Amino acid sequence: MPNVRFLLTGDTSLSAEFGNEISEEINAQIRAFTIALEKSGIAGIVELVPTYRSCMIHYDPGVVTYAALTKQLEGVLARLDSVAIPPSDVLEVPVLYGGEEMGPDLAFVAEHAGLSEREVIDIHTSTEYLIYMLGFTPGFTYLGGMSDKLETPRLKQPRVKIPAGSVGIAGKQTGVYPIDSPGGWQLIGRTPVKMYDPKRETPILPKAGQYIKFRAIDRAEYDEIAAAAEAGSYVCRTYPRGEATK
Amino acid sequence: MSITVLNPGLLTSVQDAGRIGYQQFGVSVSGVMDPRAMKVANILVGNEDNEAVLECTMMGPQLRFDVDNIIAITGGDLGPTLDGQPVANYAALAVRAGQTLRFAALRSGCRAYIAFAGGLDIPPVMGSRSTYMKAKIGGFEGRKLQKGDVLGFRAPKADLPNLDQRRTAPEFAPQQEYAVRVLMGPQDDLFTPAGIQTFLSETYVVTNEFDRMGCRMEGAVIEHVNGGDIISDGIAFGAIQVPTAGKPIIMLADRQTTGGYTKIANVITADFRIIGQLKGGDRVRFVKTDIETARAELLAERDALRKLREALDPAPKSEPKKERGFFKNLFKK
Repeated sequence: MPNVRFLLTGDTSLSAEFGNEISEEINAQIRAFTIALEKSGIAGIVELVPTYRSCMIHYDPGVVTYAALTKQLEGVLARLDSVAIPPSDVLEVPVLYGGEEMGPDLAFVAEHAGLSEREVIDIHTSTEYLIYMLGFTPGFTYLGGMSDKLETPRLKQPRVKIPAGSVGIAGKQTGVYPIDSPGGWQLIGRTPVKMYDPKRETPILPKAGQYIKFRAIDRAEYDEIAAAAEAGSYVCRTYPRGEATK
Repeated sequence: MSITVLNPGLLTSVQDAGRIGYQQFGVSVSGVMDPRAMKVANILVGNEDNEAVLECTMMGPQLRFDVDNIIAITGGDLGPTLDGQPVANYAALAVRAGQTLRFAALRSGCRAYIAFAGGLDIPPVMGSRSTYMKAKIGGFEGRKLQKGDVLGFRAPKADLPNLDQRRTAPEFAPQQEYAVRVLMGPQDDLFTPAGIQTFLSETYVVTNEFDRMGCRMEGAVIEHVNGGDIISDGIAFGAIQVPTAGKPIIMLADRQTTGGYTKIANVITADFRIIGQLKGGDRVRFVKTDIETARAELLAERDALRKLREALDPAPKSEPKKERGFFKNLFKK
């Protein structure tokens, strides 16, 4: 059973803290806990917010007290191993890499790493990245597992506007900008998929605990997917983690 | 259509109790800054507690009504007038088509709330009518109101029963110094005892950097054990972040869903009505309390609002025996 601290965060929420580091193991525990809580039917829970190393639980104190809730949470933790946790799935995200329009910093990232642009793309598309959490802006993913070889510092001066769908690198991190936003990331490509679409039934595509794998595409496929995404008809491929990719 | 915005004021937006269930996707809760004021305004016009309202900031909007409706204005006093005549806050008002609502000047507090009987015709996005302006989500086209905007009412009412009784004493009282009650944590253990002492004994002044995301405060530096950075985790409304520099920031409706600064304490729900009305120059002292007191205050507030609603719109009578049995089951542990 994981060693969890319960901390007060005001009078209508608490933090269940699983540790003080960023690790796949802690993240897996939090994922299991969140799933177990959703199945538990504990009265009074309003919302769950999983993050790197803790899960914030919003509750209604008119329905359950802090003391009664933490007791029930301890019960869930004690039984965690017996809860069926579905295997994580992988979200495949198509990306058009490089070029002045889509990936203006790919050349710089390659030069900084002492690699060719092709090698950067091969390394970037070879990893299944764990989504530790979403935050900062709707649909923004904090991804783990990027190869050290691609580590590149942020821009000295951030761009005023980075288009939605831009795929970038900043320090050890990689990710996708879900909406237009200023930013200092090195942009290596762009996905035609809408990570955030307010018109869609599930407006935000990625989920904490899922994995993301990038797949390199060409301009023709980019335009095709972009049109389908605009029409709301494109569905990203997902597959269970561990399944061999084609 | 029902109201035309002749002048949007400083910052007027459609807000309700907030967008619940989507913080895990990075979507901020948003919603009103002073939830109690919203609920009272809605109760006065016969709406559900959390019906969407217009939140007006410091300089209120100028709105022309194109249909009749009943409204109520609560929160801070922005000096409301109807066709140039002052009208009461915390009272249901019958507004006729052709009349113009304006706000003369800020007299107290920071934000006023206008509730409209029958609610506003704004499509909910992810379950809420609140506006999250940074990501252009929800409310009126995802933004603050602008001149020329036209909003609709869902079910306007020309009249309400007992209109002249639908009023209550104004609830926002300006103070020289606001005592804001907090629960310590979650990262109070990352501050020295001296730091905690400073936080709970000094007066902090709201700077001019305050908005719907947060309130930056000026005052004595709060001492950390080892800097103000943490691995990013969740942030509740009223959380008090203290970055390494040592000055507190109260996190509010449009706060980001996760943050990497130490949080020394969190304001209790019963005192959201204070922090939702703070503006530059306001003086605050933080007072430590416990979870039992905080919960009692929260439930007392709910009770007061329920009593107000029952006084204005009594529920139809039902068979006493049946009623007792029903409630008995509800309270069973």
